[in-house]
Amino acid sequence: MTRWAMVADLRRCVGCQTCTAACKVTNATSPGVQWRRVLDMEFGIYPDVQRVFVPVSCQHCDEPACMDVCPTKATKKRADGIVTIDYDLCIGCAYCAIACPYQQRYKTARPTYAYGEATECETQRFDDARMAVATKCTFCVDRIDAGIAKGLKPGVDPEATPACVNSCITNALACGDLEDPDSNVSRLLAENQHFRMHEELGTGPGFFYIWDRETA
Amino acid sequence: MNYGPKPWQQTQWDWRAAGNFICGGAGSGLIVFAALSGASGIGMVSLMLAGLGLIGLGLLFVWLEIGRPLRAFNVFVNPRTSWMSREAISATLLFPAGLAALLIAPGFVWLAAALALAFVYCQSRMVHASKGIPAWREPLTVPLMIVTGLTEGGGLFWLAAAWHGAGSLLLMVLFGALVLTRALVWRAWRRRLDASAAPRALAPIDTAGRALHLAGTWLPLAAIVLAASALLGAAAAAALMATAGLLAALAGAWFKFTLITRGGFNQGFALTHLPIRGARR
Repeated sequence: MTRWAMVADLRRCVGCQTCTAACKVTNATSPGVQWRRVLDMEFGIYPDVQRVFVPVSCQHCDEPACMDVCPTKATKKRADGIVTIDYDLCIGCAYCAIACPYQQRYKTARPTYAYGEATECETQRFDDARMAVATKCTFCVDRIDAGIAKGLKPGVDPEATPACVNSCITNALACGDLEDPDSNVSRLLAENQHFRMHEELGTGPGFFYIWDRETA
Repeated sequence: MNYGPKPWQQTQWDWRAAGNFICGGAGSGLIVFAALSGASGIGMVSLMLAGLGLIGLGLLFVWLEIGRPLRAFNVFVNPRTSWMSREAISATLLFPAGLAALLIAPGFVWLAAALALAFVYCQSRMVHASKGIPAWREPLTVPLMIVTGLTEGGGLFWLAAAWHGAGSLLLMVLFGALVLTRALVWRAWRRRLDASAAPRALAPIDTAGRALHLAGTWLPLAAIVLAASALLGAAAAAALMATAGLLAALAGAWFKFTLITRGGFNQGFALTHLPIRGARR
């Protein structure tokens, strides 16, 4: 079996937002919709302060709260762990957005454009199916599937890897098969201490945050 | 220890969603009280139609909120796990059962009451299943939403009691017990929120809670005791019960409105560890 997962190394992320931009360009999301974003957090009191950049997106959970509440079965989880939305089934009730503990679902009521009027690019890439329904990070599932069909390895071959991971300038982001002990993500998790966000809720996120090397 | 930005109020569900919970709960409670009252004739017709009308109004609010209203029938697709699907199905069964009680046989009123209870239960589980909102996912949200709905329905029943004439001492006691139970469950629920909900969520909840206690509990209870004491004339007692019903219903509605539109704070983002970079601290 395969379980696609993502790993973000909090020690490496510099908050450049290149992954955010790559996601927007790849998926043509509306202004205000960020399937991938990087939070800029500050902690502590001067002079003992720390700044942390935290990439967040859909966590592609083992037990997605969004899927259970969905009344239409528009939200599904594939056997490889990727959580998908069928835009043609979704009624836009936003229950999934309420249920998601990671605030990673968006609903855009009407078309909006970066500069008021639609640019040529926005006009070409406008997708009415994504209006007034729930949307979120797809794990670039089209790239994953197309890449695998060509015999490529997601997380290793850029053509089969999510755009955000490809674009990361510091290698802070990685994706791969959690079930494969030799995959990049399995090795990273074995060699480093990590956590998952809001793990106490039992959703089993497929997004891991590395915060320190593994102590011997 | 957790680190992370402060939680913020959810904005996906607004007054329309709150309206569904308010009207749905009150309508369900009204149907249950109608069944228990044994009302007949125009009294039962009015109570049943008012209850169904309220539930229908709540569902209309939701229909106005969803992004793709023309696909609304897809809501029935996932009863296996979704409480929203179950709510829709129970409502769909409730309407014919209620109408059957009026048009075919009065005995159907018990089926309608059971389905009304199922409907308000589904609504309570809908709120509870919202894992992203600490104040909603608290387990006591379920009994709180149920008892609040029944109390509001009881309040409306007594508000109109002088007109339908189906009130009784037993229903007066039941209404008083519901009013008291609602306040007790609210207190237990609120205590548990201390550990999970954001302070900014608790502020509006506490404000609505004070109204729920004063205007929605103590004043109605005093009115019920006075009305039941036989110290007053029938007209004064009816007026007191109508006032008690109105207060209890309004306080419950205000609390639910607050819970959805002002107390629905998420938990933000949380880091259980900060990254270790450079020299170790």
